[in-house]
Amino acid sequence: MGQTTTLSNYRYVSRKRRTKEDRRFITGRGKFVADVEVPGMKHVAVLPSPHPRANILKIDTSAAMSMSGVHYVLTGDELARETSSLFHGLDLPNVKWHPLAVGMTRYAGEWVAAVVADTRYIAEDAAELIEVEYESLPAAVDTEKMIDEDQPLVHPEHGSNILFRKTWEWGPVADDFASMPHTISYRARWGRSSTVPIETFGVVAKWDETTEVMDVWASIQMPQYQDQIAAVLRMPMNNVRVHNDVDVGGSYGVKRGIKHTVLVCYLAKRLGVPVRFIEDRLDNMSGGDAHGPDRIFDVTMAFDDDGVIKSMKMRALDDVGAYPGRAPLQLGKPMTALCGPYRVNSIEYEAISVTSNKTGQVPVRGFGQAPTNFAVETGLERVAKFLGLDRVEVRARNLVRKDEFPWKIPPGSLYDSGDFHAVLDSAIKTSDWQELISRRDALRAEGKLAGVGIATCLEPGGGNNIFEYLFNPKLEITTFVESVLIKVEPSGAITAVMCTTTSGQGHETMVSTIAGEELERDPDTIRVVHGDSLEALPTRSPVASRMTIVLGTATSNAAREIKDKMITIAAYDIGVEKEQIEYADGEFSMRGEPEKKLSWEEVCHIAHKQFHRMPPGQELGLQAYSVQQVPGAGQLPNEKNEVPLYPCFSFQAHVPLVEIDRDTGKVKLHDYYIAHDCGTAINPDIVRGMIIGGVAHGIGAALYEKFEYDPDGQLLAGTFVDYLLPSSHEIPTVTDVEHCTPSPLTSLGQKGSGEGGYLGAPAAVASAVNDALRPLDIEINELPIRARDIETALYEKSK
Amino acid sequence: MKAATFDYVRPASVDEVCRLLADAGEMERKIIAGGQTLVPLMAMRMSRPDMLIDINDVNGLSEIEDKGDHLVIGGCTRQRALERSEIISKRLPLLAKAIRKVGHIQTRNRGTIGGSIVHGDPTAEISMAALALEASVLLRSVSEEKEVPLDGFFEAAMVTNIEPDQILTEVRIPVWEGASIGTGFYETASRESDYAIVSAMAQIELAADGTIVKAAVSAGGVAPCPLKLRGVELALKGSKPAELSSALDGLDEEIDPDTDVHATAGYRSRVARRLITRAIEDAVSEAKNERD
Amino acid sequence: MKEIEVTLTVNKRVHTVNVAPRMTLVDCLRDILRLTGTHVGCEHGVCGACSVMFDGEPVRSCLMFAVQAEGHEITTVEGLVGEDGEISDLQDSFWECHAMQCGYCTPGMLISSHALLMENPSPDDHDIREAISGNLCRCTGYQQIVEAVKMAAERRQEGL
Ligand code: FES
Ligand code: FES
Repeated sequence: MGQTTTLSNYRYVSRKRRTKEDRRFITGRGKFVADVEVPGMKHVAVLPSPHPRANILKIDTSAAMSMSGVHYVLTGDELARETSSLFHGLDLPNVKWHPLAVGMTRYAGEWVAAVVADTRYIAEDAAELIEVEYESLPAAVDTEKMIDEDQPLVHPEHGSNILFRKTWEWGPVADDFASMPHTISYRARWGRSSTVPIETFGVVAKWDETTEVMDVWASIQMPQYQDQIAAVLRMPMNNVRVHNDVDVGGSYGVKRGIKHTVLVCYLAKRLGVPVRFIEDRLDNMSGGDAHGPDRIFDVTMAFDDDGVIKSMKMRALDDVGAYPGRAPLQLGKPMTALCGPYRVNSIEYEAISVTSNKTGQVPVRGFGQAPTNFAVETGLERVAKFLGLDRVEVRARNLVRKDEFPWKIPPGSLYDSGDFHAVLDSAIKTSDWQELISRRDALRAEGKLAGVGIATCLEPGGGNNIFEYLFNPKLEITTFVESVLIKVEPSGAITAVMCTTTSGQGHETMVSTIAGEELERDPDTIRVVHGDSLEALPTRSPVASRMTIVLGTATSNAAREIKDKMITIAAYDIGVEKEQIEYADGEFSMRGEPEKKLSWEEVCHIAHKQFHRMPPGQELGLQAYSVQQVPGAGQLPNEKNEVPLYPCFSFQAHVPLVEIDRDTGKVKLHDYYIAHDCGTAINPDIVRGMIIGGVAHGIGAALYEKFEYDPDGQLLAGTFVDYLLPSSHEIPTVTDVEHCTPSPLTSLGQKGSGEGGYLGAPAAVASAVNDALRPLDIEINELPIRARDIETALYEKSK
Repeated sequence: MKAATFDYVRPASVDEVCRLLADAGEMERKIIAGGQTLVPLMAMRMSRPDMLIDINDVNGLSEIEDKGDHLVIGGCTRQRALERSEIISKRLPLLAKAIRKVGHIQTRNRGTIGGSIVHGDPTAEISMAALALEASVLLRSVSEEKEVPLDGFFEAAMVTNIEPDQILTEVRIPVWEGASIGTGFYETASRESDYAIVSAMAQIELAADGTIVKAAVSAGGVAPCPLKLRGVELALKGSKPAELSSALDGLDEEIDPDTDVHATAGYRSRVARRLITRAIEDAVSEAKNERD
Repeated sequence: MKEIEVTLTVNKRVHTVNVAPRMTLVDCLRDILRLTGTHVGCEHGVCGACSVMFDGEPVRSCLMFAVQAEGHEITTVEGLVGEDGEISDLQDSFWECHAMQCGYCTPGMLISSHALLMENPSPDDHDIREAISGNLCRCTGYQQIVEAVKMAAERRQEGL
């Protein structure tokens, strides 16, 4: 079990409490999108292109159309005519993106046609009968070649396979480099992996001709979902109702099925029947546009004899696949913590986003931060090795010190708070580092390859996406709101309305716990509902480790306002000034004369039903809403391109012990220790779960997972047999220890915690593997590091 | 991922199964037992039989019998039953060692010994053990019943020498009776319970003076189908365990590995050599312990 | 294509349904019997989200056709709840340990753990990890699931 170093001063917050959501999941009563049943619903199957790049010469749908049980076969031309291009984060007017290929297919698996039928079975039968004549063309596959070599153009109208290329310089990079005695340059590579939730993406849409409302149920986690549906379908936003009460079966960023949604909405409207499309696993892996970052980093660090890093130059080349969407912006978010938790004085950063004939990339847990963190940590390892210094010591020398907060990094982020050294120390203590090193050495003495890893990571939370502006000045967006409405019924019962879906983060628990804490009411009695998009207040969705920060603070604010209203009512009723009323445990009493009091229920009754007892001018009922801005956000970058990005920073240190089987190259994780600080943990079990789950996910990226392509552009890992999610055997028992440095920017000191495990684990595992290989002078900085990569390196060395 | 349409029958006897198979004509009729390999192939429409003949209700296909010098295992015996069988653990230690590595508990609960063998997966543990021990299978059709040795049964990846009109009713696996017998089994997979990338099995019998008198060695993942390493066996026979290292001299001629998304040919052949060595070493030391 | 009448027992209730031979068991449970607790994650036998008890043993319901369930007994996650509507001790431990996040793999995890505890009342960590190794979870990293199964086993031992 996790250990906690601080004891909660709260009655509900930070206490061991059962979650609200789990009750329905353990009984099989979750409501996932595939469980949504709309009467008369029809089913969609899509036809994927077998070619990575091909011209579509002709599509004959007649045989499919004439099958019994088939209602429609849709192709790209019709859909492109009737709907607008899907949205890209970059300003790319000549890169059109539609749910079905138009004229050309740009990756193997891209959807070319969609069938609507009575059942998914029939729809698949019909899809097989669609005849497509292709002219197969050579594909653009090798990421590095996209920059300067002649490659087939993925989007000929765009004229290049480079979608974005820009260099920023923050601080005196040249001077800093000149002043340092040492530099090292290295390459770090992050393989094309993703989060791959166990539930695929799915969506159900129903168009009501009379009310002109498009009802949408989807397995979604996406900012501006309803905005984009409306825009692409060319209808006002208040014609779209997204049901946020659908349980999402995991997302970690990737559930962005906007193309699926547009397809289904169009069909529902066109055919006048409810339509559903649930991706099957093959649709999902190759055609779902849910791949993740695929990056090559070239980094140079300048440092002194003590290993203190002064400056860094980083070039990040990212392959977003055929349709960029929001993916290129994942090169922007890492600016938030571009040098990790380290005190780097100046940074040069070149971001290059290229397109290729591969499945599209979407936001993945951390929005690009995990690969960047891996690249930075690789540098720390390199510096230590170069100088012959201890790896932990080098990190300690570079970490921001606890008396330096708020700490501004070159790109402009202000690190809010933390005690990085204490957390690092505690990881070292918990893991009993020396003991771990002895165990490693004992294994080595037996002739085994063993290594201990170390990595730290910073988890930016809060989601202020001003970096978008640095990539696309048309995106002049300086806020990322989140809202809640809290209502107290005449009976005293409390309901909170949140405005997004949830995909495992436990928002209902978080909101009810904070509301309960603020109002001193049992969170178990507080109902949290997910308002649909027509009813809901402004929201930007649960991404960016932001919900406890922004929604949590909104909840505090709304609850405090309710409490204030109730105190006002009680004061008036008792006949004293507000300041004389004390609230505790559901009772409003007069200071010094506690027998003069009103109960929670009495005040609720007055507010709703007894106008004659209400203070004049007071709003009837008991409700309050809060629309919360990201703390510290709201400005555009200055002339030096500096801007405070995410507001809150959680910190972790990871220490794994690995053993490598020399014969097979297989890595076995023996131990895994992690110390973390995410400020005030609202529900410790939820925090712990997300951290350990994030570690597991990071282990996958480090050792197993890759969407491998062959040189012609065929996806080789399109099933769960070839794309390897770690099972219970691959994930070690994680020992976790928790710290708490409250954030000064949030209502209860809370920070984000959904991403950190994933941000630190890949670097930590790579560090351990490389420590194991060090005696043989082998270093592998390309993820995933698979058994065969290690064995091959060992073999090459022994030749 | 929905299978194409098919007809479904669930006959009660082997005769009926054979008749249905014989009457197939141009149609593809396929037997389904556990379905753990077939159903995914059907879901991906890589297999699209016109008819499935479900043999789960056929009596007498799932017994494990000890016939002295060999065991007879019904073709429809669940892998989980093999795992739980005392006869298997006593009499076929090599199979007993390997069986837990076949899929997962959930798939072993449905998957059968016959299904595993007829599909001819290149690294199927059951096939490898049976092949190493020179097992045979009993194939029946309306016209005949034939005992076919597994040596030569595996033709290519996922292709075996069973005719479309035949049903595998029994697997006959020889039992070694010697006093000092040992087994060894290693495999490596990307994840613990994946299909193996490379696997190796050995069963060794030692004479009183420590000479290897009998050796059965097989490998998976080094050729399109499971391989019995006759050359290695031959080299082992009559040798002393001290001379083990030279036994694998001819290995490269026996294997024919391929590159795929999980591993390169070079990886497979190097790893095979090491795992085969380990398996033989384990078998030898187990046999020694047995004797002492 | 002709449908076949199938009689099967699910969670102690006998159902008769008409299904096309190609309908998988999981689709029948979900779409015909509307027992949507059993989930689909891959339809090719890897993820374990579709796990159900079939004649007392855990199996993958995406790897069976509904017609094959004729005369057989199936328990789904909904059937783990007692007749009085009380959740089982195992379900309760899952809740207590927060052995899930999104809840999508949870029904399959419960089925596999339930089967384990029937066979092995005092499993160690390795036994538990082995029992759930055919169930992929992307959220939890498995640890809280292992803790939950252990807790359930311990509580049973203590007769709680
Ligand atoms: S859905 Fe059956 S194993 Fe994945
Ligand atoms: S709880 Fe989400 S997949 Fe396991």
